[in-house]
Amino acid sequence: MAPSSQPRRAAVIGGNRIPFARANGTYAKAFNQDMLTAALDGLVARFGLAGESLGEVAAGAVLKHSRDFNLTRESVLGSSLAATTPAYDVQQACGTGLEATVLVANKVALRQVDSAVAGGADTASDAPIAVSEGLRETLLALNRARTAGQRAKALARIRPAHLVPDVPRNVEPRTGLSMGEHMAQTAARWAVSRLAQDELAAASHRNLAAAYERGFFDDLVTPFAGLSRDENLRPDSSVEKLARLKPVFGKGEGATMTAGNSTPLTDGASVVLLSSDEWAAERGLPVLAYVVDAQTAAVDYVTGQEGLLMAPAYALPRLLERHGMKLQDFELVEIHEAFASTVLCTLAAWESEDFCRTRLGLEAPIGELDRSRLNVNGSSLAAGHPFAATGGRIVASLAKMLHEKGTGARGLISICAAGGQGVMAILEAA
Amino acid sequence: MAGAYARLVNSPVGTRLAGQLGLPRPVPLRRYAVGEPLVHGAVLLGGPEPAVLGARVGELLAREGVVVVGEVAEAVGGRVAAVVADLGAVERPGDLDVLRAVVAPALSSLQPSGRVVVLGRSPGQAREVAQAAARRALEGITRSIGKELRSGATANLVLVDDGAEGNLDATVRFLLSGRSAYVDGQVVRVGTGTPVQPDDWTRPLSGKVAVVTGAARGIGAAIARVLARDGATVVCVDLPEAGDSLAGTANVVGGTALQLDVTAADAGRRILDHARRRHGGLDIVVHNAGITRDRLLANLDDSRWRSVLEVNLGSILRMNEVLLGDDGIRDGGHLVLVSSIAGIAGNRGQVNYAASKAGVIGVVDALSVDERLRARGITVNAVAPGFIETEMTAKVPFATREAGRLLNSLNQGGLPVDVAETIAWLSQDANAGVTGNVVRVCGQSLLGA
Repeated sequence: MAPSSQPRRAAVIGGNRIPFARANGTYAKAFNQDMLTAALDGLVARFGLAGESLGEVAAGAVLKHSRDFNLTRESVLGSSLAATTPAYDVQQACGTGLEATVLVANKVALRQVDSAVAGGADTASDAPIAVSEGLRETLLALNRARTAGQRAKALARIRPAHLVPDVPRNVEPRTGLSMGEHMAQTAARWAVSRLAQDELAAASHRNLAAAYERGFFDDLVTPFAGLSRDENLRPDSSVEKLARLKPVFGKGEGATMTAGNSTPLTDGASVVLLSSDEWAAERGLPVLAYVVDAQTAAVDYVTGQEGLLMAPAYALPRLLERHGMKLQDFELVEIHEAFASTVLCTLAAWESEDFCRTRLGLEAPIGELDRSRLNVNGSSLAAGHPFAATGGRIVASLAKMLHEKGTGARGLISICAAGGQGVMAILEAA
Repeated sequence: MAGAYARLVNSPVGTRLAGQLGLPRPVPLRRYAVGEPLVHGAVLLGGPEPAVLGARVGELLAREGVVVVGEVAEAVGGRVAAVVADLGAVERPGDLDVLRAVVAPALSSLQPSGRVVVLGRSPGQAREVAQAAARRALEGITRSIGKELRSGATANLVLVDDGAEGNLDATVRFLLSGRSAYVDGQVVRVGTGTPVQPDDWTRPLSGKVAVVTGAARGIGAAIARVLARDGATVVCVDLPEAGDSLAGTANVVGGTALQLDVTAADAGRRILDHARRRHGGLDIVVHNAGITRDRLLANLDDSRWRSVLEVNLGSILRMNEVLLGDDGIRDGGHLVLVSSIAGIAGNRGQVNYAASKAGVIGVVDALSVDERLRARGITVNAVAPGFIETEMTAKVPFATREAGRLLNSLNQGGLPVDVAETIAWLSQDANAGVTGNVVRVCGQSLLGA
């Protein structure tokens, strides 16, 4: 291999997102493409990229209309980037944004591109609604019909029940259980307390509000549609207030998961700019961090062998082994707060000698994480979680936080995803 | 800009009515577009010998291929685009009569949006009282001509210091061109300095890095656009809350967006770091960010008082400590502040705003004579907009708005681009002789005149 084709470091230059809005809130009428385009334009403005042709843009959406088959490319065409910037869609449920980041980082590392944007958008407000399967079959038959008789026959098959639309639901197709119900099972298994969940949720709101107050998001967020801060953020949230909410997932006495310690449905978009060192230096752009490595894992939740959102627990030991690191070596850890209990179950699993031995095949438990390093500027419980946009939010924020810590500081990102998957990545401050 | 009155008097019936009644009739002003000539016709150049300044202008016009005539009759069609009168040689009031002889016959032959530019010498440098009186008289003459002119024509006076004859070009170019559309009845003082003429007069700011605060909307966005059009790389600054509009401005001008509150303690440092890191330095600073919180003095609460003074004046003083520091704006750079006609004339319900905008003029006065800045060749000037058509003035009650539009010699409101063009001119290296000026962009408003 010639020296010039040696892999190189992929730098995180910065990011941009629009504030996240509660579903059916401020962005109720916004399309994914509007939001992704706005996020891109904010990024372009921040880094002076108007008219530039980037290596590529990779982004996606989880809830996607059929008209959005080329969502990312259409967003690029609507943005201030040069029309010669290629783009493609990526989709891995809630892991979309981080997986897209890993993808483009690898392309930068392999010298296939010098610059790239990764990101995602999602709207739970403008969800695609499909016609029922029966009506769809009828309409397709109608489309195939060649004679008036065939058309009449096809139309005659329509039944009132066919007219009920098929609205996407947050359920696992193979179990019929919602994500929250799945999580409630795992939370019960790990005996995660209501108080611990509410404490985590309150901390998320408190930390996010404090970060806004000190201007941390001044170069990470661009307002959209009149919103300049995350709509779900409750700066005055407290354990006492959260304790008053009724459980919404799980059953009976053991039900601990409420609307307050679960992430609400959210609309929003985020993007991250990555490049080679040279590309950044040519433009006088600061490098915040580098993408060190990434690991994806999946678990068998269908048989009930493992909890739906526990895959990140399995990804970590592989990453640690590759880098000869301990969990405690990370100065900052970002665990996506799908639910407060997701974070707490993951941490509990890593602390459990039994889990680490029997499930992860480790001789000793991964151990405890210093909670002062966890989600220090808030996470999804406060910001909200537009599925595909969460990865970009976390990568950009963590890169900036690590940069503030100083060269060499490492941070870990953990994002669970539907389908029993998990994506993890390590960033290191430049 | 067409207000209700302008639409009326320019309608078929209104035109006849306005003519019969002698009502003012606003016309669309000639505004600059890239590639436009300085003027669209001949320029009448005159004045008593030795017309040193006039000769200089004659050379400039010749280079631009403009036809120069000594009498209206020499011009094609008997119409002239501009009159340039060099009265630099006046010794006593009696000499002023020459101006009457040169300019008067030309006024009725001026094209729409024509120009009268009077050149004179600084009264402060006069050798005798009679000479000072004569020199100062030019101001009264020019301003009165401005009020007599119709159809978008303007009259401005340029006073040139001894030894600054060579520094005249950028100012004369500006005043003759469509860039000065809404600048009327103004006196520009040209002093010594070391102007650097651009290679290309259509890109006089080429290679320069400019910062514009309050760039998200209105006048600030127009400033960013004009500076970029003239060749500058523009750092667009505004509040994080205005970030979406700011991104729009930055992407249109191919610059960068910097979301920050100018009142933050570290605002100057962050602006400077951004300009140096991203663009290699800083040449032009436009302090445009400003707010209004109007109340009659009796009802003016603490928060309204403080916030206006803090945003419009305090932040400028604080940012300047860094921006004008030794590692700040580069030698030969330019600082332009945005004052207001309210800072000159005062305005009912705007005690706080007027205080801040008058204070801005104080900043210009002090900095323009600062020895350190003068040694570094840094110019400091202000523009004082009058009634400019913006989202803000669109919300002014109808009668007040129409009055604001009409109470000036051009009988119309100005556009944000008019303010921006004036700022771009004050940002030129070619204009290094102009410092300490407060140029009103007000169509010769009656307020504070």
